[in-house]
Amino acid sequence: MTRRGDTVFKSLATSAAVLILVALAGVAIFLTLEGMPALKAEPDVLGGKGNIILYVWPLVYGTLLAAALAIIMAAPLSIGLALVISHYAPRKLAKPIGYLVDLLAAVPSVVYGLWGIEFLGPRLGRAYAWLAENLGFLPFFEGPASGSGRTILTASIVLAVMALPIITAICREIFSQTPTLHQEAALALGATRWEMIRLTVFPYSRSGMISAIMLGLGRALGETMAVAMVLSATGVVTINLISSVNPSTIAANIALGFPEASGIKVNVLIFSGLVLFVITFIVNFLGRLIAARGLVKEGR
Amino acid sequence: MNRTSFRKALMPSAAALALGISLTACGAGNETANSAGSDESSGLSGTLSGGGASSQEAAQNAWRAGFQEANPDVTVNYDPIGSGGGREQFAAGGFPFAGSDSYLTDEEGELSAAAERCGSDAIEIPNYVSPIAVIYNVEGVDSLNLSPEVIGKIFNDKIKKWNDPAIAELNEGVDLPDATITAVHRSDESGTTENFTNFLATVAEDAWPHGEVGDWPIEAGEGGNGTSGVVAAVTQGVNSIGYADASQAGELGVVSVQVGEEFVAPTAEAAAKILEVSPRVEGRAEVDMAFDLDYKTTETGVYPIVLTSYLIACQTYADQETADLVKGYLGYIVSSEGQQVAAEQAGSAPLADSLASEAQEIVEAISVK
Repeated sequence: MTRRGDTVFKSLATSAAVLILVALAGVAIFLTLEGMPALKAEPDVLGGKGNIILYVWPLVYGTLLAAALAIIMAAPLSIGLALVISHYAPRKLAKPIGYLVDLLAAVPSVVYGLWGIEFLGPRLGRAYAWLAENLGFLPFFEGPASGSGRTILTASIVLAVMALPIITAICREIFSQTPTLHQEAALALGATRWEMIRLTVFPYSRSGMISAIMLGLGRALGETMAVAMVLSATGVVTINLISSVNPSTIAANIALGFPEASGIKVNVLIFSGLVLFVITFIVNFLGRLIAARGLVKEGR
Repeated sequence: MNRTSFRKALMPSAAALALGISLTACGAGNETANSAGSDESSGLSGTLSGGGASSQEAAQNAWRAGFQEANPDVTVNYDPIGSGGGREQFAAGGFPFAGSDSYLTDEEGELSAAAERCGSDAIEIPNYVSPIAVIYNVEGVDSLNLSPEVIGKIFNDKIKKWNDPAIAELNEGVDLPDATITAVHRSDESGTTENFTNFLATVAEDAWPHGEVGDWPIEAGEGGNGTSGVVAAVTQGVNSIGYADASQAGELGVVSVQVGEEFVAPTAEAAAKILEVSPRVEGRAEVDMAFDLDYKTTETGVYPIVLTSYLIACQTYADQETADLVKGYLGYIVSSEGQQVAAEQAGSAPLADSLASEAQEIVEAISVK
């Protein structure tokens, strides 16, 4: 009886794993086959750009910039928040905070988009005007500031809020897995609570933290609706974060362009999807690499 | 490489689905249709699934509701997949009728493809005319007059300040601020942009050298997703200007555009007039009411920035039911009642009587093969 159960379970689990691989391969094949005709696309379907590389490059830049900014904001915040929940806050408070953060993950991205365009943007617009006036010598805040606040910085803030619950939830779980013995040993040696966290919690959860950040980054890279709504995209490459002239992101560009696209324009959009697919792959791969290196160090 | 295999794969299935639905509806509906044939009532029944231009969506919803109320056994669907998709699906046989923001041309073989699908020249009727308003949000400025040249230069990022002499000249007595203009455009590809840039390119070529485009051609200004995105960006922004369907302008200021010597505000009546002064596209069949909009008109009371959307259909259909449904539905759309419903619910401009009756005649002639 047990044996039959084993075989059944094994085949179920294997087929689940194979199914994922098949789905992934299917997506990759579809993107490649449908994207290839875009290599021969004429400038008139590429928004006047000479070839597909020139067309995709500003989108790649915008995607990476928005995601990087979002993670720079979200990662420290999430790790701090996770520490509060796992180590600092009293248990009575920690649980409700945890639930609230989880709730953030359940908010649909369209709602974040609406929030960004109607609430966050106009309020940040005033802050941007101040930044342009007082910190305008920095290339990031060169201005002219966007009045409606629909800039790549606003989009990144929205993305950061969206990535935050994912990173926090995973970090929280990993932090609370730190062996109590390690923590008590550190405290017994006279470490303060912060020193204890630095000496025991962080080394123990290093690879988990990186995985969490990678998942958050994946969300930021692929987010479509919120960016399409919030960002005022004009397709430039700039490091000015507060003007109304911004690079678009790949996902947002597909969402904006697809409804009216026909013919080879569809192939162009699918090609940009392929590029995003590859970027996500590389980012995840790099993340794994860093995480693995962390493990080796720990083992020493 | 006109179509991707992705769409190719989708289309037959969509067609098959539509066919399947209409076939099943046919089985149930035929008896009623036959028995009702002798009666006075319309007796229409079945499902009609078309689609196309998203600009028509609000109007189509109003028409669907009105038509289904009058014919309780009929279900009409309109899929707002966009003009290009609508034309493509029509030619492929997926849609019995389609909506499109531009008329069929043979640049990509669409006119021939549609004629081939129908077995004869395709019907094109302007069914939805809507003024595109130039909306602005500048504190203290309640009314604004602009010429096409100035509008072109503003959107081309050549006029950058509100107190530019070119603007001041047209607005004597208006206190214009010394502030940077934020020109908001559609960040998604859209028929509204196409019509707006077509107007600018025709009337003010020097000020707008980028031609007629659906995708914003320059890397300046602010982008908004969809009509609602543009309206939100103009509303939330400061010293901003944009273009959007006039019905969506809400509380925002609306520019009066210079036509000849006068300045005309975007009203439904002023917009409907442009079809009356515009010539037909040459070399078209009698059932093809394609217009080359005369943006350069100097006629009084004409508002020139309009979006004209067409209905595309066949003169004959293979089965009786589809022919009856298309005839009934399209007839309702161009009827004065239908045009009035759309005006109320979607802010469109009702067709002039002469055009409406011509369209009605074309629709009346729809028959089974």
